[in-house]
Amino acid sequence: MALPGDLDALTKAFSGFGVDENSIISILGKWHPEQRKSFRKGFPQFFREDKRLFERWDERHIAFLEHEFLRFKNAMVLWTLHPWERDARLAKEALAKGDYDILVEIACTRSSEELLGARRAYHSLFDHSIEEDVAYSVNDSNRNLLVALVSSYRYEGARVNEEIAETEAKTLSEAIKNAEKRPIENEEVVRIITTRSKLHLKAVFNYYKEISGTTTEEDLEEGSSLSYTIQCISSPKTYFSKILASALKGSADEKNKQALTRVIVTQADSYMKEISEEYHKQHGVSLSQKIEETTNGNYKDFLLTLVARGD
Amino acid sequence: MATLVVPDHPSPVQDAESLRKACQGWGTDEKAIIQILGHRNAVQRNQIRKAYEELYQENLIKRLESELSGDFEKAVYRWLLDPAERDAVLAHVAVKDSMLDYQTIIEIACVRSSEELLAVKRAYHLRYKHSLDEDVASHTTGDFRKLLVALVSTFRYDGDEINVSLAESEAKLLHEVIKGKAFSHEEIIRILSTRSKSQLNATFNCYRDAHGTSITKSLLDDPADEFLAALRMAIRCITFPQKYFEKVLRNAVNKGRTDEDALTRVIVTRAEKDLNDIKELYHKRNNASLEHAINKHTSGDYKAFLLALLGDKEL
Repeated sequence: MALPGDLDALTKAFSGFGVDENSIISILGKWHPEQRKSFRKGFPQFFREDKRLFERWDERHIAFLEHEFLRFKNAMVLWTLHPWERDARLAKEALAKGDYDILVEIACTRSSEELLGARRAYHSLFDHSIEEDVAYSVNDSNRNLLVALVSSYRYEGARVNEEIAETEAKTLSEAIKNAEKRPIENEEVVRIITTRSKLHLKAVFNYYKEISGTTTEEDLEEGSSLSYTIQCISSPKTYFSKILASALKGSADEKNKQALTRVIVTQADSYMKEISEEYHKQHGVSLSQKIEETTNGNYKDFLLTLVARGD
Repeated sequence: MATLVVPDHPSPVQDAESLRKACQGWGTDEKAIIQILGHRNAVQRNQIRKAYEELYQENLIKRLESELSGDFEKAVYRWLLDPAERDAVLAHVAVKDSMLDYQTIIEIACVRSSEELLAVKRAYHLRYKHSLDEDVASHTTGDFRKLLVALVSTFRYDGDEINVSLAESEAKLLHEVIKGKAFSHEEIIRILSTRSKSQLNATFNCYRDAHGTSITKSLLDDPADEFLAALRMAIRCITFPQKYFEKVLRNAVNKGRTDEDALTRVIVTRAEKDLNDIKELYHKRNNASLEHAINKHTSGDYKAFLLALLGDKEL
């Protein structure tokens, strides 16, 4: 008979992110056939009685477990990849799945040279330029914005022309408040957001707030590519902290969960410290602690190590 | 092939000293300047600039700017800059021009390789504290903006891999868009500005095979339509730049007034690349050599300088 404590431990080993390899080894590895049988009978959420008289594993749970076992491996591979190759592969996958928010994330939170590197790697890996694939695959109103974002090579110096920033803030404000046309279809909006330097844009967003009394985030449609773009440019740490919070929620779906690996691995050498601080500020609990509570095994240890590098 | 003729082992220090001597005293010894600078490649010119700065704590380019004048000065100035800087300067002038010199912008965006264009954009950041993309974008509107911004911001795949069925389908798409004449320029711009040059060549070949006429001829509809002219220019620059440059040179000397800016631009930017091929095409097309045309339509030090870059053994 399996001990009840063992069953609880085993359940925990399989819930949340990743799997608790040690518990699985020490508990499951010791059970003989009778114990394993009673485990199967006692766990209707994993197994069900098949009409041919055996306890059959639920398909969805196989898929679920595969994802969980793979999390550590995926994190490790992503971590060891050259950052250029990493971003190129993430971009390719995002494009294939229609995850435009991830494309925006890569295009807007990387430096000009990092994005350029990713574009080079894309050439090597896929024999195409990233812009040609994005232009070809995206057929809705997001196309112009996305192509321009992945093609951008922004000036990164300190010089900002305040007059122009103020004028462009006015343009932005009128375009966003205009009920007739969606801002993403407005050429001037796309021009400003995709070509100006990030420092210049931050000035533009500040003037925007002065002029209209609200922030761009408040005025833009939530979940739109334009909204993500502006969030990523004005405050990457806030954006990433939000994504992590969604990932670590109990109700997170697979896409959200994958964001945990992606954000931590890609930001471990960049904004990790600021993201941790922002997360703590927003949620009252440290990122490390939340990860400790929600993830298991090698995957957990790996993430915690990466997060700790920021300290 | 290049036309520039360069001696075996020039000494940057000696060159810097000679240039200094040429600028001292009352007049300027333009012949000496041409003799030296007209026969040095980009690496050597950079060394000379450095040597001059170390020896005399003065910027050679600024010094020459003050000593020389007119078209000769403009040509020497552009020649002395290193290629990426030069293109950045040319692009900046083109963007700020009240009439927007889209021809230069298209040339730079379409003739240069992906890496060269990247170097231009870096040089542009450094020099003008703006990105080339943002300046082109803020000085253009509508379809022109879409085309030009897309052409300058692209980082084309530079390999030889092509997808034949994609070439066929995009050739078909282009034909439909062009025939439809209610041009949605979006698709033409997308294809022209994102596909690799190899892929585009394959596409245009398929176009010609399928429709018996080249795509540029199909775009000849309205000679006054500048946007179509820009499209044709971009296509020519991508498929056969030497022939495109031959035409630029021909136009520069055949109209009523000689277009020195165009002459300078082509000769200075191609002397170390393919000016020899352009020269041969020119001769074939015009029954007279390019040197003959330069001799006839320019004069003085400016003429002598251009001829030196053309590899004229006379000097």
